[in-house]
Amino acid sequence: MINQLSWKVGGQQGEGIESTGEIFAIALNRLGYYLYGYRHFSSRIKGGHTNNKIRVSTTEVRSISDDLDILVAFDQETIDVNYKELHGKGVILADAKFTPKKPEDTEASLYAVPFTEIATELGTSLMKNMVAIGATSAVLDLDIQVFEEVVQEIFGKKGAQVVSKNMDAIKAGFDYMKKQLVDGIEIMELEKADGKKRMFMIGNDAIALGAVAAGCRFMAAYPITPASEIMEYLIKKLPALGGTVIQTEDEIAACTMAIGANYAGVRTITASAGPGLSLKMEAIGLSGITETPLVIVDTQRGGPSTGLPTKQEQSDLMAMIYGTHGEIPKIVMAPSTVEEAFYDTAEAFNLAEEYQCPVIILSDLQLSLGKQTVEPLGMDKVEIRRGKLVAGEIPDSENKAYFKRYEVTEDGVSPRVIPGMKNGIHHVTGVEHDETGKPSESAANRIAQMDKRFRKIENIRFNTPVYKNAKHEDADILLVGFNSTRGVIEEAMVRLENDGLKVNHAHIRLIHPFPTDEVLPLVRSAKKVVVVENNATGQLANIMKMNVGHAEKIIKHVKYDGNPFLPHEVYTKCKELF
Amino acid sequence: MATFKDFRNNVKPNWCPGCGDFSVQAAMQRAAANVGLEPENLAVISGIGCSGRISGYINSYGFHGIHGRSLPIAQGVKMANRDLTVIASGGDGDGFAIGMGHTIHAIRRNIDITYVVMDNQIYGLTKGQTSPRSAAGFKTKSSPLGSIEQPISPMEMALTAGATFVAQSFSTDLKDLTALIEAGIKHKGFSLINVYSPCVTYNKVNTYDWFKENLTKLSDIEGYDPSNRENAMQTLMKHNGLVTGLIYQNTERQSYQELINNYSETPLAHADLNLDQNYFDKLVGEFM
Repeated sequence: MINQLSWKVGGQQGEGIESTGEIFAIALNRLGYYLYGYRHFSSRIKGGHTNNKIRVSTTEVRSISDDLDILVAFDQETIDVNYKELHGKGVILADAKFTPKKPEDTEASLYAVPFTEIATELGTSLMKNMVAIGATSAVLDLDIQVFEEVVQEIFGKKGAQVVSKNMDAIKAGFDYMKKQLVDGIEIMELEKADGKKRMFMIGNDAIALGAVAAGCRFMAAYPITPASEIMEYLIKKLPALGGTVIQTEDEIAACTMAIGANYAGVRTITASAGPGLSLKMEAIGLSGITETPLVIVDTQRGGPSTGLPTKQEQSDLMAMIYGTHGEIPKIVMAPSTVEEAFYDTAEAFNLAEEYQCPVIILSDLQLSLGKQTVEPLGMDKVEIRRGKLVAGEIPDSENKAYFKRYEVTEDGVSPRVIPGMKNGIHHVTGVEHDETGKPSESAANRIAQMDKRFRKIENIRFNTPVYKNAKHEDADILLVGFNSTRGVIEEAMVRLENDGLKVNHAHIRLIHPFPTDEVLPLVRSAKKVVVVENNATGQLANIMKMNVGHAEKIIKHVKYDGNPFLPHEVYTKCKELF
Repeated sequence: MATFKDFRNNVKPNWCPGCGDFSVQAAMQRAAANVGLEPENLAVISGIGCSGRISGYINSYGFHGIHGRSLPIAQGVKMANRDLTVIASGGDGDGFAIGMGHTIHAIRRNIDITYVVMDNQIYGLTKGQTSPRSAAGFKTKSSPLGSIEQPISPMEMALTAGATFVAQSFSTDLKDLTALIEAGIKHKGFSLINVYSPCVTYNKVNTYDWFKENLTKLSDIEGYDPSNRENAMQTLMKHNGLVTGLIYQNTERQSYQELINNYSETPLAHADLNLDQNYFDKLVGEFM
């Protein structure tokens, strides 16, 4: 019996690799297993090696695993690229069609299964993926009935015959493999899961759903990897609520259109990846100086320029904090799990309206696209707060004076009115302006308005700016990360603690303004601080040095080869320090 | 009911004496009153440049954005509140250089807003550089030997991009210009009005007198039919674009708003933000 399994399916892009993984994963999720997926893919539609690695567990998992139990291969390249991940008792299930060869330096077993041949006999070679699922089920001793519901949902539209053919293919794969396993090969029987219903989704789904829950009714966006799923979800769901998505001509239009819509009173989102964010920067400055609420998602990927568009990286941190020319108040948040992506997105709309400034939701490719099991999300923790948005009527003023939209107030936040409101007329401009929005170059006014804008975020109220698992008053190591590294750090921490080290973990959820008060005590009480991040220069480590000091004990642990960290990489780095 | 005086504020424009933009401002204020608007129901969204300041000189909601981006901001405003009248405005550099991408796409998208371009064939606020509307050979600080690029023909461009309302005017023709802006506001879809608005400081070629000599009024062309796109194109080419009046209008094509799947009749800005629990549960269930 095993309580955890790591399974990978690989082949050429466009061969149905993704849907194979999808069907396998959805079925297991419905049995109550916790899943965590990672897709390796390239920026092309057909051809090129792709694989989908799925971890299955009876307990919560938030990271891919160091090794691999089963590799399903549709070509030799899949074996050659991935076999080193297999442990000694691992199994390769390869399509007999390409006469698979097992590399010499592995103890894993290889089974050539006629995936394509069986599928062709049953009607079409397209079903070779189903045969592979069946063969996998045999190794896991899994009842193939669990796939029936999923197959019905996916192929039901094509008719009952297609559904039954696909189920036949799964059964044929299962039966074939069962026969191969008779001679004493160890079956990897999975421990039973709890059978509870949980969601299975990617971070981008959670961001989009969070926006819907927050009352967002409009999105302006331009397609880009790995952010497009957000607009694709919202264009399906917003019409039922009267809203819509506009696919704009470019990223600048997306951001400025979102600013126009927010100015006019509708909660609006825009989302992109690094290249798009670079183009949006001038508009983000406009949102800052005009104090127009704006929610922007940045799903980080490998940069700079086109960089590694389908690979993991966390290198936009500095750009998101400082990218705009000039100085504006801005909030940069970084959810670390799919749950947080949902709740933080919903909260981003509140913060944008309360502080009347741009709010950037930072994600990364692994969080945005890694499909995983999530406890059901609820509306109960979603609040709608609109700050100083003026509701009701505004009394007539004596003279025809403009409304003081930029009134200098104690907390820096001014009353906000939207077009259409009587007696609320004021001017909005990206030029420095006075309290009514009229352009002004007066030195005193400049200072008053700059100070007012920055006062807004001096005492920002943000629920849980740092996720902390810090039970040690004096820790040997404080592990710090943000976004999708949460899982690897958690796993490395368990192993380090088993080795007798005292380890604390801080995951930064509010990147800017930096939660110094929360982080400083943890840094002070640790002997070493290891900052784990997917970039080359150690951007979070540098931000920490700027804000909390203690440069002497802050150690950068960076990875920028396009792949997410593995737990053992964090573990090994920390072990080397002691 | 509001009169054009209600659209005046107490801000003194920083335009040069004699600038064509004063008349454009007056025409916009008159047109707004003539179509029966109240100041709070008008939003003027402008770009950057001398003419971009116009949103601060009209007593209405106004948003002075960034260079070249008045159109996406204006479209966002209209999407949020379909009950508002939205006028985007700016200069030829704003609309036909840095913002040209937005201009073409706003035309083909056909959201119901009006775009008034003040076309002076020069960059004024940066003190006299060539514009995408400057004629070949035009000498400026940035083209001391004369421009070696061809100017854009915005009206022909609009027709090819699928415009449903294309008009051109001259800033001194206050009455005609006012009528065109009114027609643009009433038009269901995107309306583009290019206005020759002379720069008296930096453009010594395309002066008031030059326009008076070179412009042809479409109303003087016998039988001109603005519903005939092919003829509109031929007329523009024949006159090198130097015509004024309603060049083309297509009243049959639906606006973007009319085509959006299930778009809310009440402005989105007034929508209830709270999500129905059953609908949310359904969305959650789809991931299970």
